[in-house]
Amino acid sequence: MRVGIFADLHANREALEACLRHARHSRVERFVFLGDLVGYGADPGWVLDTVIDLAGQGALAVLGNHDAALLNGPERTMSEDAQAVVAWSRARVTPAQREFLAGLPLSRESDGSLYVHANAWKPGGWEYVATTAEARRSLDATRCHCTFCGHLHVAALYHQGAVERVAEFTPVAGVGIPLGVHHRWLAVMGAVGQSRDGNPAASYAVHDTARRELIFHRVPFDVESAARKILEAGLPARFAARLATGV
Amino acid sequence: MGAARESPATGRSLDGFTLEEQVHAGGESAIWRVTREGLRLPMVMKLPTPQDLDEAGPVVGFEVEQMIMPRLSGPHVPRFIAAGEVDGQPYLVMECIPGASLDVRMGVAPLSPEEVAGIGARVAAALHDLHRQHVIHLDVTPANVLFREGGDAVLIDFGRARHDQIPDLMVEVLTRETGTDAYSSPEQVFRVRNDPRSDVFSLGVIMYELVTGALPFGGAPGSTGFRRRLYAEPDPPRGLNAACPDWLQEIILRCLETDPARRYASAAQLAFALQNPGQVVLTGRAESTGRAGFLSAAGRWLRYAVSGPSAAGTVPWPPNAVPIIMVAVDISAGEEVVAAELRHAAQRICRSERSARLTCVTVRETPPIMVDSDTSVNGESLRMQHLTELIRWARPLELPVELLSFHVLDAPDPAAALVAYARANDVEHIVIGARGSFPKRSPIGGVSARVAAESPCTVTVVRTMEADRHPGGGDGAGVDA
Repeated sequence: MRVGIFADLHANREALEACLRHARHSRVERFVFLGDLVGYGADPGWVLDTVIDLAGQGALAVLGNHDAALLNGPERTMSEDAQAVVAWSRARVTPAQREFLAGLPLSRESDGSLYVHANAWKPGGWEYVATTAEARRSLDATRCHCTFCGHLHVAALYHQGAVERVAEFTPVAGVGIPLGVHHRWLAVMGAVGQSRDGNPAASYAVHDTARRELIFHRVPFDVESAARKILEAGLPARFAARLATGV
Repeated sequence: MGAARESPATGRSLDGFTLEEQVHAGGESAIWRVTREGLRLPMVMKLPTPQDLDEAGPVVGFEVEQMIMPRLSGPHVPRFIAAGEVDGQPYLVMECIPGASLDVRMGVAPLSPEEVAGIGARVAAALHDLHRQHVIHLDVTPANVLFREGGDAVLIDFGRARHDQIPDLMVEVLTRETGTDAYSSPEQVFRVRNDPRSDVFSLGVIMYELVTGALPFGGAPGSTGFRRRLYAEPDPPRGLNAACPDWLQEIILRCLETDPARRYASAAQLAFALQNPGQVVLTGRAESTGRAGFLSAAGRWLRYAVSGPSAAGTVPWPPNAVPIIMVAVDISAGEEVVAAELRHAAQRICRSERSARLTCVTVRETPPIMVDSDTSVNGESLRMQHLTELIRWARPLELPVELLSFHVLDAPDPAAALVAYARANDVEHIVIGARGSFPKRSPIGGVSARVAAESPCTVTVVRTMEADRHPGGGDGAGVDA
């Protein structure tokens, strides 16, 4: 089965539309959303409705920290600007959308893969996997062959073999990576809605479970429209500006 | 795993392949000749030996090979057929390359310098092809080099290789002593696995051994001498075999530099040198017949230690970052304007491609019958005249001499000669003048148009503004293309 994996959508309609179009073109059969459906962007309603619709057709989704903040109030560690967007988004979601978010689990397991927003050792603690030590900690916390997470907004692939040492790899867009059975894998997804690796294009990945192959994709989208809507909504201007630079 | 594993035996079937005969049993794997209904190609199956299946190193190496081989193609690797695992028994099936490995030739070393250069050039071409496919071999040894009947070198055993676009599983298991042997580069001792010039070093060791019969830095890890490769200069080949010419010693010792930055920047540049001995710029390396003193050895190590075994940003990767660029110059009278424009174009390219090698080529059109026979004094002096003109053309470029070379091709068909030259020398980019029609305009199409159409690489056709003003007037590429 070809599984499309999408993390950190962040209410960016243009980016999500472009990624979904790309995924359908890549014959993706199942959609998985790794959380942070809202926050930063100006289209929380459209993005939530789209994910709700796909979930009705079998898509999986887990909760992200921005989603949790919308439900329960912002975390203390969140920047003031990010808190402002959470408050703005909260005022705009419908009860049905809110109910959908409230029903999301922190993690899901399916076919030997673990899907979680931040990490496997404490999904609701929102600590990042940004180093091999953290990757090791996350891999130690699950028996799944593959873990998929987001949260960091920068793609990375960690692998661990029989000797247990964990090594990191920076994925090359569009190149299929064989996920061998003798290794365990932890893929940190780049963000759909707010890139932070210097390339403004949206990120998502396709996991072909039959061929045991993972492909990270980069998808260009209408950055100008997404940025303009953020400004028009009166949201912090730096969230519009960073869409164009991808940092 | 492994308890239920059946040991391989003649007649046994594995995933549709029938094991016919074991042709090789090595320390880490066994090679079986296999057949499969419907497949005519002679094939071999590689199976890791059972005792190694429970050790992390060789199994990871096998997995690495299973990951990399399906991604490789072309004449310089065995064709990949299948890879998989049945009941805990991993396997890999590939085309069988008949004939002996270079290891066998090593038994009769020293070989003649011409043979060594010929073998070296073929292996270098194979390595360049591999590097262009994003793979560094990192285990270039005589046993891992085979040859096709047509002469092409074939590289086998990718168990230590690195593909720069997929995860490097070896980093999980490498220690300082694994993954290195007598042919390993100094940087591999530090587990640096992202430099294609490591393969250039290993080929240098092979050529050294072919021409002297001895290894330049001792044998396996742990043995006396192994670590000498980190700091010591090898005994110059000419001290061991007086028949080794200065140019070949220059080439070999350059490959064996401790600091990768002092080696050939790419395997293609090495192949070029081996195929064009007359163009090799001789330095102090070419002369000596005795080992360098302690101070020189210390300097060699220090230079490397300062620049670092993995100084970021200095690795010429992918190999087309250090291209061979060919400028086809028409030096005949009346073509001066185009020749000057061509020089400007070459200058622009060399400014942005700092380690590019520029090869300046001109064609002396000869009637077909004269190609092989024009060795008269008059013919030779005309050749020299062409060469002098070519060197004069290049002088304003002010390029360092080691990045420049000059060739006069004698050929009845200039376009075909230029394309053949580009192909033989792994030229990455051809720069040619639109009206530079190599002495006479060919009746079957402008030379530049044909070169642009038939070359295996990027071609820049340089036009003068003047040529632009007469779009219908010439018979250069603008019209023919």
